[in-house]
Amino acid sequence: MPEEHAHIIPYRTFLLVWVALLVLTGLTIRAAQFHFGALNVWIALGIATLKSSLVVAVFMHMKYEQPLFKLTLLSALAILAIFVGMTFLDVLYRS
Amino acid sequence: MSRDLPPAATGRGFFDEGRYPGIFGWIFSTDHKRIGLLYLWSIGTAFCVGAILGLLLRLELWAPGRTIMDAQTYNAAFTLHGVIMIFLFIIPGIPAAFGNLVMPIQIGARDVAFPRLNLLSWWLYISGAALAVTALFTGGGPPDTGWTFYVPFSTHTSTNVSLATVAVFLLGFSSILTGLNFITTIHRLRAEGMTWMRIPLFTWSLYATAWIQVLATPVLGITVALVFAERVIGTGLFDPAQGGDPIMFQHLFWIYSHPAVYIMVLPGMGVVSDIIPVFSRKPAFGYKAIVVSSLAIAFAGSLVWAHHMYTSGMSDTAVMVFSFLTFIVAIPSAIKVFNWLATMYQGSILLDPPLLFALSFILLFTIGGLTGLVLGSAATDIHVHDTYFVVGHFHFVMFGGTGMAFFAAMHYWLPKIYGRMYDKIVATVAWGVIFVGFCVLYLSMKVVGLMGMPRRYWDYVPEFTGLNQLATIGSWILAIGLVLMFVNLIRGLFWGPPAGDNPWGGATLEWQIPSPPPAENFDSDPVVTHGPYDFKKAGIL
Amino acid sequence: MSGHLHKDYTGAKFGMWLFLFTEVLLFGGLFILYGVYLARYPKEFVMAGSQLNVWFGGANTLVLLTSSLFVAMSITALRRGAKRLCLGLLGGTVACAAIFMINKFFEWSAKIHHGIYPGSAHLKEMLPGEMVFFNIYYLTTGLHGIHVVIGAIVLSWTMVFIKTGRVNAGDWVILENAGLYWHLVDLIWIFIFPLYYLILH
Repeated sequence: MPEEHAHIIPYRTFLLVWVALLVLTGLTIRAAQFHFGALNVWIALGIATLKSSLVVAVFMHMKYEQPLFKLTLLSALAILAIFVGMTFLDVLYRS
Repeated sequence: MSRDLPPAATGRGFFDEGRYPGIFGWIFSTDHKRIGLLYLWSIGTAFCVGAILGLLLRLELWAPGRTIMDAQTYNAAFTLHGVIMIFLFIIPGIPAAFGNLVMPIQIGARDVAFPRLNLLSWWLYISGAALAVTALFTGGGPPDTGWTFYVPFSTHTSTNVSLATVAVFLLGFSSILTGLNFITTIHRLRAEGMTWMRIPLFTWSLYATAWIQVLATPVLGITVALVFAERVIGTGLFDPAQGGDPIMFQHLFWIYSHPAVYIMVLPGMGVVSDIIPVFSRKPAFGYKAIVVSSLAIAFAGSLVWAHHMYTSGMSDTAVMVFSFLTFIVAIPSAIKVFNWLATMYQGSILLDPPLLFALSFILLFTIGGLTGLVLGSAATDIHVHDTYFVVGHFHFVMFGGTGMAFFAAMHYWLPKIYGRMYDKIVATVAWGVIFVGFCVLYLSMKVVGLMGMPRRYWDYVPEFTGLNQLATIGSWILAIGLVLMFVNLIRGLFWGPPAGDNPWGGATLEWQIPSPPPAENFDSDPVVTHGPYDFKKAGIL
Repeated sequence: MSGHLHKDYTGAKFGMWLFLFTEVLLFGGLFILYGVYLARYPKEFVMAGSQLNVWFGGANTLVLLTSSLFVAMSITALRRGAKRLCLGLLGGTVACAAIFMINKFFEWSAKIHHGIYPGSAHLKEMLPGEMVFFNIYYLTTGLHGIHVVIGAIVLSWTMVFIKTGRVNAGDWVILENAGLYWHLVDLIWIFIFPLYYLILH
């Protein structure tokens, strides 16, 4: 079966990603100490998204998976985004 | 399509001795066909209990004031009727019973992708059902909140909502596992030559349904868990006294429960899509359109949940947006109806029981769908919200729709599974009685709802008496039809004449193997060379 | 997880991903509530949020990120035949899980000691937005904690399978799936950390 010959990720790659994650964690802690107002949350979410992308792509092997895996993950996230976004149609516009 | 011929049918296919003796060979079986039957009988039992509760409700509503039960009992009765019918009958119904029985065979597989998960899913169903029953007799007694468990009542009532929410959580998990299993199965286990565009429409409908099961059900899980938490540990995320918002419960609840109605109806549409071509002796018209519309319904169904909340106090912006989007969902459903009718046009129609029930689906679902537009339009909904118009609407789509499709599936596929045929004339009579009873019962509800009778009320003003009595009489006619149908089916499937491998002349793979199917489904993996409704190439026409 | 004559590695992984989607949507409900209430009570969320200890939160973030590193490396180790290294790394992951839960125990104990917990009298004296913050904090981190424990159990089980040889360099999908589950636990915390511990403004 072709999967047995699937790519083995070297230890080094994992370690590099781990370092990047630590750096991003430091970055998000630092960013939180500044007054960006409403932007603080979005910066935090942006950095968290970057961190998760690294975990998903490398630690969880998604970078090397077939398109179906990537498509379905994006679909699931899109559905969650729809649920959140449309709820705000109510919450933000109450009189 | 080539296959090796099986040995002369002497055994009873997959009914022969299982891996373990006696009943353990069933309740610990990982064979999708046995699991399908476990589900079928459990679901059938749940339906009967739910139906009896419905009859009792109608008896109480024979006259204003108390007839056979007090108000508290009535509230518990309609809650239980809803919980059983929705979580134990309609949501699992077609996918768990007929999806399991038929889908792997339709795609040329030996079983589903995760047979042990499949068995676990049934055990979760049974556990959820057992807990729900336990909630009737423990704690503060049976829940009286309605199946929708709205806060603040559900977080404050002394009835055993806490146990009921655990039951619902387990049932949701069961549904999730079924969906996960089916998606993987359909992606990974199709036989050689079974391309995406050769998959039978029933399997396509299960695929679309499975995605909703996987993506929407977890939101129900967290919602009931939050109700449980509010009751048991005092968190107040929906409690204004603690800064919470009760409307947020409704959002989270309907984010699942609206897509859930598509979990309920899509498989029913799939059954109809498989039956119509066979009984018209014509390939399905607009196969691709039906496929796309199934996926479109699944997606669009996740955009419209707040049309259940127009009167809740949410923003006008939300009311308008959700109302607008709701109209869009009607389009793919209409596409299906037109395709079904076009399939029948100039076909050679065989008015056998499966077709009769399938045709009832088309008519009754359409009527229900049209009344859905009245509800989806915010302006008119203000008038009919929480009246019997709503009750009539959803019984038309869920019972007249999915219920009829479930009956159609029984009459279509059970002769394959059991290898015996029922009496078709009695089945036709039963269908007729069911149809008449159904219309009397639920049309009366729509009228009395428009007149203003609220739902979930134990009592009503005397002006509504006539229509309520008419509805109750309808419920008795319906009950007689149902009993006739079930007795006829059971008699036929256990003691009727042999059905043969292909009593209806279908071209999908399940009709090319013996009845009952052998344990491994196929002697050797099939190779598919034509579409699911290509009767000529299948050598049937 | 396949009970077939031939195993379907891709199918087993795909099934696991589907399960992870359900977990994302499960926690998603709680994140929807967080978003709504943050928008409604921005000041109270800051007031309550600044009472959470960044050191506890930060330490736990590092612990989980490291545990993810270990479990990812364990797959490479197994596939390269380094069975003992694999088991060592997995042991490290489970140890990280334990450290996380111990941290959480101390963190929660401190809060509970100060009377801050769902249904407490002290909570009822707070502003509505603060009450919401703490309620949803306990629910979200509590649910997450349950998943940490489940993940640790699943990984321990996998270690047993590796010892007995049922999971090996030729058939490692169970380890891969266990790893995927563990990474999800890490992913959820990656969002919990800033949203609860770094709401300072």
